[in-house]
Amino acid sequence: MQPFTPITSRVVALPIDNIDTDQIIPARFLKTISKEGLGQHLFADWRYNPDGSPKPDFPLNQPWAREAHILLVGDNFGCGSSREHAPWALIDFGFRAVISTSFADIFRNNALKNGLLPVVVDTDTHRRLFDLVGANPSITLTLDLASQSLILPDGQQVHFPIDAFNKRCLLEGIDQLGYLLKQEPLIQAYEAAHPARVNTRITEV
Amino acid sequence: MTLAPRTLFEKIWEDHVVVEEPDSPAVLYIDLHLIHEVTSPQAFEGLRRRGLRVRRPQQTVATIDHSIPTTPPEVPIADPQAARQIQQIVENCREFGIPLHGIGSPTRGIVHVIGPELGLTQPGMTIVCGDSHTSTHGAFGALAFGIGTSEVEHVLATQCLLQRKPRTCQIYVDGYLRQGVTAKDLILGLIAQIGSGGGTGYVFEYAGPAIRALSMEERMTVCNMSIEAGARAGMIAPDDTTFEYLAGRPYAPKGEAWDAAVKQWRTLPSDPDARFDHTITLDATRLEPMITYGTNPAMAIPISGVVPDPASVSDLGERQAVEKALRYMDLRPGQRLLGHPIDVVFIGSCTNGRLSDLRQAARLLKGRRVKEGVRVLVVPGSQSVKRAAEAEGLHRIFLEAGAEWRESGCSMCIAMNGDQLQPGQYAVSTSNRNFEGRQGPGGRTFLASPLTAAAAAVSGVITDPRTLLE
Repeated sequence: MQPFTPITSRVVALPIDNIDTDQIIPARFLKTISKEGLGQHLFADWRYNPDGSPKPDFPLNQPWAREAHILLVGDNFGCGSSREHAPWALIDFGFRAVISTSFADIFRNNALKNGLLPVVVDTDTHRRLFDLVGANPSITLTLDLASQSLILPDGQQVHFPIDAFNKRCLLEGIDQLGYLLKQEPLIQAYEAAHPARVNTRITEV
Repeated sequence: MTLAPRTLFEKIWEDHVVVEEPDSPAVLYIDLHLIHEVTSPQAFEGLRRRGLRVRRPQQTVATIDHSIPTTPPEVPIADPQAARQIQQIVENCREFGIPLHGIGSPTRGIVHVIGPELGLTQPGMTIVCGDSHTSTHGAFGALAFGIGTSEVEHVLATQCLLQRKPRTCQIYVDGYLRQGVTAKDLILGLIAQIGSGGGTGYVFEYAGPAIRALSMEERMTVCNMSIEAGARAGMIAPDDTTFEYLAGRPYAPKGEAWDAAVKQWRTLPSDPDARFDHTITLDATRLEPMITYGTNPAMAIPISGVVPDPASVSDLGERQAVEKALRYMDLRPGQRLLGHPIDVVFIGSCTNGRLSDLRQAARLLKGRRVKEGVRVLVVPGSQSVKRAAEAEGLHRIFLEAGAEWRESGCSMCIAMNGDQLQPGQYAVSTSNRNFEGRQGPGGRTFLASPLTAAAAAVSGVITDPRTLLE
């Protein structure tokens, strides 16, 4: 995972609550055995007509959308299915951060493990961001993870929360599996003290 | 020494923390890891790239459910991508020594159906799967939740996960469900009350007389859809209903080990004075059969109700979501759903694909015919459910009514396997998600119980099942 560096970018806005991961990437694209190339299917059913042509008024089809790194969305983003293909597709498209008032738990975990920053803002800031982008779609926002600040076009800084562990992992590009593997002696000790509750290999079924 | 009173969740959590360093999430030990073909291939690829093995293949179990056709097993898989994905899990399980309940196995089925029916799912366990409906297993008093593919790789490699302790919420369900009102209606009623993000950050523990009165299969239906309210997990304290279900199951403890296990399981229920971070109450007696009108499971109303008016929704994002949903569903504010024509009925899924669900549907379909022009797909949750249903003749009731009787799998719940709606079609579905396109691009889903689904099948329109029950 690459270390997370500050972003200054235009913003793609989708002012809809409860965007589920089935919309982010429909299930028919989950028959892949790879993580690659999923950006082309991002929001496929909202982005393309049934004949495969792009819908011109969908925000992701604006010519500059591929250069945008920030996605602004309604409450409870990423609800539903646990598919990690959702953050894979967002990242493959070019996004590095998503701003909302709230994220579904599994999506949030999946995003953080792939270097996609979920930024939680209060409802006033959230509304203001949609108003700003609505009034002038070419504004840019800056996200600085080290100082946990979202910087608006007028220079105002909004603090956003993130736990110390995920912040360190993102800033240093630390892979969380590496952290778990280092716990091996403790895992062994736990197993020695707690016999397995089930053996899936018995074959009397 | 007196211990502080603890909830069911806290007892299981504390029993599974391997270490919790300052400023870091807990390292939580996982007793049972369930895997399927869709969310695991990239995790195995990760292991190979790092030269890692599966740490505990004997605590891991695999099946094939999402992308597998529900046509007879001798029919080759037409979709080359699905065939490749299925082949991949076969190869991965062989290479890493993981037991696979695969194609042709009498124990194959939906991962959340086979775990309980094999007795793998037991009280007090931590259970994960790369699938959000892993919350199902909480019905046994286990801590069970869905994870992403990176976390699947973490568990394969270390049998552990990094987890922040969630908050607890007791869902107290008073009263009793009335005739024709089911566990599915109970959970849809709850989700409609609290919203699809209402449980975010929480583990639910369902309690109260209405929950105690539920069978294990009904409890699984309730816990299954906890995730549709955003909850991390849903749990129900184990009791005699739980133990009676588990006794004699293939992977359940036997003999003295069984007695010791039950003794330990009886210590799991929340202590009387245990404190929850939040409590929500619901009166089961007031519930009606529920049905969804929109594009998330919280957009649900009593079956005799009317479609809400977006203008009455104060929150902007929520209002836009309801407007968008009504456009997608082609429904009008104030419209009654009773009498709305439907094209397809789907009976199955990890929510309602168990034997008791099929019995409910059969109870209504027996001696009746599916309305002309309606396609009815009955998909058992597992091969074991299929055999049990056939042993009591349910398949004949379905076939004689004009329904299709299929092999087991996720099927039209997620529409990855060829079973899907056509654009614009309406379905009454016993599954768990009515998201746009979930059952096929352009398809429109009304979520409901097996009874309501069967009532729609025979009348061709949305129907209150109570009008057809003797």
